[in-house]
Amino acid sequence: MQYLELYDSSLEVEKITNRWYNDFRLSNFGAIITFVGVVRDEDGIEGLSFDIYEPILNSWFDSWQQKAKENNAIVLMAHSRGDVLNHTSSYIAAVCSPKRRVALELIDEFVEDFKASAPIWKYDIIKGKRVYALERSTAISGAGLLS
Amino acid sequence: MITIEFLGPINKKPLQVEITNLNELSEILKQDESLKSWLNNSAVAVNDTLVKDTNYILNDGDKVSLLPPVCGG
Repeated sequence: MQYLELYDSSLEVEKITNRWYNDFRLSNFGAIITFVGVVRDEDGIEGLSFDIYEPILNSWFDSWQQKAKENNAIVLMAHSRGDVLNHTSSYIAAVCSPKRRVALELIDEFVEDFKASAPIWKYDIIKGKRVYALERSTAISGAGLLS
Repeated sequence: MITIEFLGPINKKPLQVEITNLNELSEILKQDESLKSWLNNSAVAVNDTLVKDTNYILNDGDKVSLLPPVCGG
């Protein structure tokens, strides 16, 4: 089973989250928490657009899966590539855990580290053009090595 | 030969260079004005593993990637 899923354009949220629920409700997880990110209409953007570097995303995700496993939990993630229009979803994260507390803490850490470390680049779509969202982006730990 | 790739918004074609460590790469890339701000805020990976040491030894066939600031979700 794929725990990390990438899609071109917006995510079909109901389909993905229902499938995760049905796949994992029988695995005796007492807590399944999903986080759904929705693109907001702000500053006149038509939507967002994303580039993803998959090799490092995969290793980042694998390290989180290992961390979850140490707590008898699993992490799940779906993300969009390319354009995602306002009021649709580009990102879903989930944690399945036997215990509520582990799931609540893990989803928080997982989503925050995703924002700071996952090799995904965001662009605003303004008048049909992609504009890199530098001011909302975070330099990866260790940045500036070649400066 | 070492391949240098520029990810995401840097929007620059890959380079092929003859170097043996990241210090040498830094000297080469600093000569490119268009890369100046990217060098300050980009992380570096060698063969898809992030590195934090400019003395890191590069071997023939290695791939170095520059990763500018990220924002998923």
